[in-house]
Amino acid sequence: MRAWEPVIGIEVHVELMTNSKMFCGCAVSFGDEPNTNVCPVCLGLPGALPVPNRKALDWILAIGLALNCEISERSVFHRKNYFYPDLPKNYQISQFDVPVCREGHLDVVVDSETRRIGIERAHMEEDTGKSIHVGVGGRIHAAESTLLDFNRSGVPLVEIVSHPDIRSAAEARVYAQELRALVAELGVSDARLEEGSIRFDANVSVRPEGQVEYGTKVEIKNMNSFRSLERAIAYEIDRQIEVLESGGNLVQETRHWDEEAAVTHSMRTKEGSSDYRYFTEPDLVPMYMDPSWVETVRSGLPELPAARRARYVETGLDVDQAGVLSDAPAALRAVYDKAVIAGAPAKSAVNWLTGEVTAWMRRTGTDPEAISLTGPQLAELVVLVDEGTISASAAKEVLEGVLSGEGDPRQVAESRDLVQISDTSALNSAVEEALAANPDAVANYRAGETKVVGFLVGQVMRATQGKADPKVVNELLTAKLDG
Amino acid sequence: MTKQRSLHDLTIVEAGARLRSGQITAVELLDSVIDRAHKTEAQVHAYLTLDREGARLAAEAADEAMAAGDDKGPLHGIPIAVKDNMCTRGVETTAASQILAGYVPPYDAHVVTRLHEAGAVIVGKTNLDEFAMGSSTENSAYGPSFNPWDISRVPGGSSGGSAVAVAAGSALGALGSDTGGSIRQPASLTGIVGVKPTYGTVSRYGLIAFASSLDQIGPLSKSVTDAALTLQTVWGHDPLDATSYSGEYPDLLAGLDAGVDGLRVGVVEEFAGEGYEPAVEEAMMTMLDRLAGAGAKVVQVSLPTVDIALSAYYLVAPAEASANLARFDGIRYGHRAAGATTEALMARTRAEGFGPEVTRRVLLGTYALSAGYHDAFYGQAQRVRAALRDEFGLAYEKVDVLVSPTSPTVAFRAGDKVDDPLSMYLTDICTNPLNLVGHPGISVPVDVDEQNLPVGFQVMAPALGESVMFRVAAEVERLAEFSSSPVLEEVAE
Repeated sequence: MRAWEPVIGIEVHVELMTNSKMFCGCAVSFGDEPNTNVCPVCLGLPGALPVPNRKALDWILAIGLALNCEISERSVFHRKNYFYPDLPKNYQISQFDVPVCREGHLDVVVDSETRRIGIERAHMEEDTGKSIHVGVGGRIHAAESTLLDFNRSGVPLVEIVSHPDIRSAAEARVYAQELRALVAELGVSDARLEEGSIRFDANVSVRPEGQVEYGTKVEIKNMNSFRSLERAIAYEIDRQIEVLESGGNLVQETRHWDEEAAVTHSMRTKEGSSDYRYFTEPDLVPMYMDPSWVETVRSGLPELPAARRARYVETGLDVDQAGVLSDAPAALRAVYDKAVIAGAPAKSAVNWLTGEVTAWMRRTGTDPEAISLTGPQLAELVVLVDEGTISASAAKEVLEGVLSGEGDPRQVAESRDLVQISDTSALNSAVEEALAANPDAVANYRAGETKVVGFLVGQVMRATQGKADPKVVNELLTAKLDG
Repeated sequence: MTKQRSLHDLTIVEAGARLRSGQITAVELLDSVIDRAHKTEAQVHAYLTLDREGARLAAEAADEAMAAGDDKGPLHGIPIAVKDNMCTRGVETTAASQILAGYVPPYDAHVVTRLHEAGAVIVGKTNLDEFAMGSSTENSAYGPSFNPWDISRVPGGSSGGSAVAVAAGSALGALGSDTGGSIRQPASLTGIVGVKPTYGTVSRYGLIAFASSLDQIGPLSKSVTDAALTLQTVWGHDPLDATSYSGEYPDLLAGLDAGVDGLRVGVVEEFAGEGYEPAVEEAMMTMLDRLAGAGAKVVQVSLPTVDIALSAYYLVAPAEASANLARFDGIRYGHRAAGATTEALMARTRAEGFGPEVTRRVLLGTYALSAGYHDAFYGQAQRVRAALRDEFGLAYEKVDVLVSPTSPTVAFRAGDKVDDPLSMYLTDICTNPLNLVGHPGISVPVDVDEQNLPVGFQVMAPALGESVMFRVAAEVERLAEFSSSPVLEEVAE
């Protein structure tokens, strides 16, 4: 049997959360009464004209720069012509051959490996209104009537098209998650999948491994979560391989992902590409993205996830840990940065932050921004554990004390009497007592059942109320039992 | 017998003087114009909607403001007609199409707002070829307009209703829109002045689009000065139109009395010969002689690309129109046909709502933009446009203005060309190159032929060259001594 290679490209639509729409002054607002944020422009009334939103252009530049794209110095809007009731002008103002952003890339980490996914383009367009099908199932077929809400009509939309560089469903999911994280970081979109403010379509084909030409491409739509994106692509890959292996042919088409049935259905077939009769939007003039504008946007960019991960790896984390930390709340990342400066070993600092600190926040319902732990405190805590001053279990208690505002870790350890006894002379008597009190265990040990040493360690720990350093106790016990 | 001049015969300048001196009121002026409309509409059909009530209120407000010393400028109290493809809040606006029958816009076009602010009195909405597609006003879904000089003839188009209203005296001035000659050609055929300003100088916001890169609003009036005053009222930067010019605007009045001594006037060689009526060529020659006599240096200029401009125009304009008119689908406003599916509803709405010329152009434009044809048609037309722009640019290095007849013919008979689209398209041969390059042009009446039908003379200038264009036009007006007016029998409605 031949091996098949999936070839996947992702198209992402990101709604920008600017104050006003792309070509008019109407508010961009989710969940308002239908048809309340509308005007002659976004309703496509006769005579109305579009005027571009400068903020939206700032933001597509930010997205393009974050995706390492080339920025076109001159960019042009086109009309994309097709008839649909929720498209008020029956053309969408979009971009065709001169998008704002071209040829970039996004690095994603899949199975601890960094993969570079090419970005073909990112262009500016306007969103459509919404059709609400009333009646059975909310689908257009069998609907009794259709209502139209134009609140979304004209909301700025950035379409980001990847090159077909993605090779697995899991990789597609990670790419999508990474893009979502990126636009969220830029603060340009709500990026909520469930509200449709970020939407993913996938182009999927398969080809025999080693073949250069692409197979027949199928576009899949209606994936409302990262999980469904991954499942839909995985399903589609399997379906295509099955068709080809059973001697069938694939048709270029658009398929609809049915989440419940976990299958894709054919929506419509495309013969070649649809004829959208693109032509330059005559109501708008070309946009000139002069270098000073681009530089202003670039200098305002926040640190982006990929750069941050790279920085974390430099502090001593592995790629996975760097990824976990990168996705952690900003307040925790700030604690990390300062802890590392204060001398905390990187990995321990991450483990504490993503482990105990996060668990404590969840338990107590505390927001990351509200926690009182400082970087130097975290560093001190890690050092106390590493040098054996407190035990790992005592450290959790110390952390709680610090988080509750009882002071620095050393203070808390002392005031809560949690400093470990690792002085051998101080522990000798407790060890002797444990041996004397448990002759059976001693006999069993000497008969070869060496694991009873754990039981004896527990006895010593109990006698010292947990303050003994278990490692030291273990050493002392073993020395005496073997001696 | 000297005819007593009625108030509706006055120019804007004359009426303005009388209003300011208190001789007349805006209400009296409006009454005269409305009365004239009552007695002439049955023959000429200039208006689709007469807004008696709105106009009355505006005239009363204008009188009150004037009495209170609040003079809002040259159009204060002046009855103006507006072509029915410009949106008027609360007043039906149809673009002469069935598909917009009963449509009442919720907002005013920018130019309408400007007229209101200037104290003008909007009399009503004038007839046009449906969506401004045509050259005779015969393509109106609500019946044609007729030429007051001879009511068996067309007034030209597409702004035929606006031209007729001014020529017949049922408005003192009017706004039209010019996509390929739709202001200048009807002005020429009805013996009045019509101006297509530089593209981008008058906001298109609220103008129901025909071809966005060619459409331009402009004035129709009885005199060059009236046209200048009207244009200065409505033009200027509008942030709601992204193609609106935001730089400095020329002064239209400063040079009106300066004459043409020393100016270089280029005669476009290609706009003569076959297809040009002898009376038109004669009037042209006479005026060139007079201009030379007034000190202008008259030279011949060749613009070879204008011979294919019409072909380019009939690709660009329909292509843009096919998208601009896509919104008329019966979903949100206007006519709606029944249909079992959304697609059927839309298709039937459009089939029922659009007339034959609109349908023809939408199909033509859709075809020109189609995959595989786009470059050969639309792309090639855009290249012709660029070549034309270069040619005009070179010409204006040698001359200050270019001149030509406005139309190759005088007003033709109703019905003569309506079934022959190509011959109808040819009536715009002298005017549509300017829309392709975005330059301004003005038509000034210079003579009448032996049938007493007016002949127009076109003065063209480079982009934003309105100052010199109006300067030459004013001299043409003086030299022509055009004093004829249509003899239109008044009949009761």
